[in-house]
Amino acid sequence: MTALLPRRGLAQILALIVILAVDRVVSPQFFDLRLQDGRLFGSLIDVLNRGTPVALLSLGMVLVIATRGIDLSVGAVMAISGAIAASLADSHGLPIVLGAALGAGLVCGLWNGFLVAVLGMQPIVATLILMVAGRGIAQLITEGRIVTFSSPDLVWLGNGAVLGLPVPVAIALGMLILTGAVVRGSALGLLIEATGGNARASELAGVGTRAMILSVYVWCGVCAALAGVIAAADIMGADANNAGLWLELDAILAVVIGGTSLFGGRFSLVLAVLGALIIQTMNTGILLSGYPPEFNLLVKAVVVLAVLLLQSPKFAGIAGTAARLRRSKA
Amino acid sequence: MTLKALFAASATTALLLALPANAAELTIGFSQIGSESGWRAAETSVSKQEAAKRKVNLKIADAQQKQENQIKAIRSFIAQNVDAIFLAPVVSTGWDSVLKEAKEAKIPVVLLDRDIDPSGKDLYLTAVTSDSVHEGEVAGDWLAKTVGTKACNIVELQGTVGASVAANRKKGFDTAIAKHANLKVVRSQTGDFTRAKGKEVMESFIKAEGGGKSICAVYAHNDDMMVGAIQAMKEAGLKPGKEILTVSIDAVPDIFKAMAAGEANATVELTPNMAGPALDAIAAFKDKGTVPPKWIQTESKLYTAADDPQKIYDSKKGLGY
Repeated sequence: MTALLPRRGLAQILALIVILAVDRVVSPQFFDLRLQDGRLFGSLIDVLNRGTPVALLSLGMVLVIATRGIDLSVGAVMAISGAIAASLADSHGLPIVLGAALGAGLVCGLWNGFLVAVLGMQPIVATLILMVAGRGIAQLITEGRIVTFSSPDLVWLGNGAVLGLPVPVAIALGMLILTGAVVRGSALGLLIEATGGNARASELAGVGTRAMILSVYVWCGVCAALAGVIAAADIMGADANNAGLWLELDAILAVVIGGTSLFGGRFSLVLAVLGALIIQTMNTGILLSGYPPEFNLLVKAVVVLAVLLLQSPKFAGIAGTAARLRRSKA
Repeated sequence: MTLKALFAASATTALLLALPANAAELTIGFSQIGSESGWRAAETSVSKQEAAKRKVNLKIADAQQKQENQIKAIRSFIAQNVDAIFLAPVVSTGWDSVLKEAKEAKIPVVLLDRDIDPSGKDLYLTAVTSDSVHEGEVAGDWLAKTVGTKACNIVELQGTVGASVAANRKKGFDTAIAKHANLKVVRSQTGDFTRAKGKEVMESFIKAEGGGKSICAVYAHNDDMMVGAIQAMKEAGLKPGKEILTVSIDAVPDIFKAMAAGEANATVELTPNMAGPALDAIAAFKDKGTVPPKWIQTESKLYTAADDPQKIYDSKKGLGY
């Protein structure tokens, strides 16, 4: 069982390498990179750039799941923050736009956290409320239209470049480092895991479980809001009907692919982000492959199944036994 | 905001058009689906304009995407004994009993934008809809004419997989370009009718087609995906509208903005004016008893940069798209 420690993350890295190799086969120019208007240009950059919203969502989601919770509202929160950012972009400066959009995410997170931590609602139901209502709120803000803007500051957030990297990727990287520093640089991560592992025992041991739960939902809301701003900046408009639609499921999937159990108690930020990249590497590969779109979802499902099987200890056991049997027969 | 302007505008047109004939003002109930899309909002505003133009009292009931609300609305229109009922059906089945009630009350029903299950054909007067296969054909014909005889690799952004509009717009376009051996669709993927997906898919097309150099034209099943695709092309250093031709469908305001900037070439309109032809059909039916054909096809008009896109943008942006 000592082999367990180095094995953590191995399945994910292996999966990513395999999918990258498949992408290289379906699209020979997959690893080509060149500089275009001071910005790196190529499929790999697309993977990072398009993977950013889900990566940001998974950063918040992984902490929520670590407390044995779940947040279904992140897609709707993306729509709200995008709508707010787009509505304010042409009349206000970037600090106000960002402040308002992220503030909205914070309020959404507080609401979810309040329902779960204070009122003791089941997380899946509590966040379902905002998942449904949030999109309606976003539609009210945009009056059902796609609100477009031309503010160069906000557009830069979606389409600019820092040292050749797209700004969204730099932001996601920054958020990963920030979140990691806060939760792993202190005992916070451990307390979050303790809350998820056994809330009652942790409470008795003196962990402020309510505060822990409240704060992870708040962080999840802020991450979702940031993803929403980036999604809006990317298309220079807020599409309340479609922004972040179903992305909560991709975020949960990213967390699960990253090896974090839905039963809480332990988590890995880096692997959750890696999970998001695995999903996007697959999505981009499907788009590049030229297969008819009817196959998209099927291919995705098969790959996800394969990745999860790779991680399943039971499956590894069965496969190992089968291999041993074959060897003993031979 | 625009509502006031709309009222003012419609009041003046109404004054101008105040016809001397049949003073009896028509009252028509319109069961609208709800605010599912920008196009739907535009359809509602245009319906109000068209009704005001003809001095028709149009009562609009918003069904919030629910069939039971539409059935309730129709029943209440029947109770109010309106002169006609317009229905934009949210689903295609389940209308028989309520439409029978309308028929018994001798109130003609006109379907707008969407058709219902064929079993109810004798229960409504006529259906005013667009032909989405034809829309695709118009787009394909324009491209074939514009390209001429040189070889042209087309990439296609499809609508949502399984949506009939997407299948029809693909079919129409394919039929139109099948006559021209030099036109070939080299890549086709779904962009789910959204800007974000349109952009993402176009990014992958550009990479897969050698940086986009071998792409001659983009065909998108709706304008929103094209707006996203135009951004992707610009970010890749390509010149949409010049190096790469674009043609899409719907004619939403933002595509005219792109056209005015020289970044888009053509769009086929899915007109939000379904009420206009419906009102004319009802007027003729009431006055002279003219029974309209069972299907009134709306015009799928092609717009290009030659049509003063800035002006069209200005006139369309207030409609609620």
